[in-house]
Amino acid sequence: MGFIQQLINGLELGNIYALMALGYTMVYGIAKMLNFAHGDIIMVGAYTLSLVMTNVGMPPIIAILASVVVCSILGVVIEKIAYKPLRNASPLTVLITAIGVSYFLQSVALLIFGSNKRKVESAITMQGISIGSLELTGVSVVTLGVTLIIMIGLTLFIKKTKLGKAMLAVSEDKGAAQLMGINVNQTISITFAIGSALAAIAGVLFVSSYGFVGPYTGALPGIKAFVAAVLGGIGSIPGAMLGGILLGIIESLSKAYISTNLADAIVFGVLIIVLLVKPSGLLGKVRMDKV
Amino acid sequence: MAMLKVENLEVYYGMIKAIKGVSFEVNEGEVIALIGANGAGKTTILHTITGLIGAKAGNIEFQGKNLLKTPAHKIVSMGMAHVPEGRRIFQELTVLENLKLGAYTRSSKSEIDETLKMIYSKFPRLEERKEQIAGTLSGGEQQMLAMGRALMSHPKIILMDEPSMGLSPLYVNEIFKIIEEISSSGTTVLLVEQNAKKALSIADRAYVLETGNIVLEGKAKDIINDDSIKKAYLGE
Repeated sequence: MGFIQQLINGLELGNIYALMALGYTMVYGIAKMLNFAHGDIIMVGAYTLSLVMTNVGMPPIIAILASVVVCSILGVVIEKIAYKPLRNASPLTVLITAIGVSYFLQSVALLIFGSNKRKVESAITMQGISIGSLELTGVSVVTLGVTLIIMIGLTLFIKKTKLGKAMLAVSEDKGAAQLMGINVNQTISITFAIGSALAAIAGVLFVSSYGFVGPYTGALPGIKAFVAAVLGGIGSIPGAMLGGILLGIIESLSKAYISTNLADAIVFGVLIIVLLVKPSGLLGKVRMDKV
Repeated sequence: MAMLKVENLEVYYGMIKAIKGVSFEVNEGEVIALIGANGAGKTTILHTITGLIGAKAGNIEFQGKNLLKTPAHKIVSMGMAHVPEGRRIFQELTVLENLKLGAYTRSSKSEIDETLKMIYSKFPRLEERKEQIAGTLSGGEQQMLAMGRALMSHPKIILMDEPSMGLSPLYVNEIFKIIEEISSSGTTVLLVEQNAKKALSIADRAYVLETGNIVLEGKAKDIINDDSIKKAYLGE
């Protein structure tokens, strides 16, 4: 396969990372916490899609909607039960809780579905595109489109709407936001609902190209999405997109030209180098220490 | 009837009793000064009134409604705005975005625009810098923005916490002039200040707070002539 085809493969992979990273970065940007359960919400979204399509026999579009609804509710419930009581706790406590929630979701999936992976039909029926000898699958065309739309939509939502502004206010100063009349708890709930809905969409597209879902399906992609978000500058929406695509391309090129086994090591190596040179990530803002 | 009534308020930080049974009243149209040294509990009282911290005992009533049972985000739409200590403007947003957040609970766009015009006429510098990121403003400008943001909610009463803190004398005079203007336009003012002399010069009545207790209350012009106050707070 030629170099261009490898780049396209990287772009396909990177788009899914980007989509996952968008949800990660949004929740971090507003709620100022790393939701390590984000990858596992992706897994729940993928299972929901599969159950509704295969077991209930609904058309893909209904299954996708069901997946979005289930994940949004799950995200809000997780926030209410696990994170809200820790609103004033140290970031480390919240981080450990998030890891706990991640294992909890994996264990519940393991209990319900067992450890065998389930085959999932693709929810995307679009035909692939081929230009000359280059090939793009239907799923990756849809993923690219969806990721771009979500990135632009999310940016406009946060910059232009009243609710988006309220989110920015909450992210900067919860007390001052309350003095403006902003309901902080509700705003954080909505942030989690949106972040988890994005995880559901990422889950749908991920299993549609991968073909299987298991209890640990979300774990490694979740970490990769986190890396993508940090690489691009965590909290930055365009950063998540850039970080995800770069990560996918680096991974794909490493596999093609260096070594399949070393691909992950190279990906994480790049992250370390970027953070050494620019600790805030590629597009991240440097927060000034307030005097 | 008092507009704002605080009765036997007790507030704790963990095991520490910070406010030990404070009572005071603010009547409509008044400027009330709450003065006292650092750590006397002035900021704690304001934070308790607007719901940022809870009380252990006592009662706070605003226009007959129990504020201790009202969630913080619902208080501003009842007509109470709070300019917090240290300004706490949204540093990463623009001046205009900050002002618009002040009107978060209002829905009529034409009324909001009208208030915005009024604020720009009071603080012309905010209009000049409306597209600027708020964190890049000077201290005095940030204080004006914090006051403008509070006024955007069109409050009946405005609580101000140390508006003169860290400002040059020139700005201090300007800020106090604006507080007098706010008062004369019909808004009730509850002012917390360490700069007792300045605060007393514009207040109708004042309460003196010492380690969580009110030790003196009365007309501002009487308090300004009180010998113990002169010694303790006015440096005379």
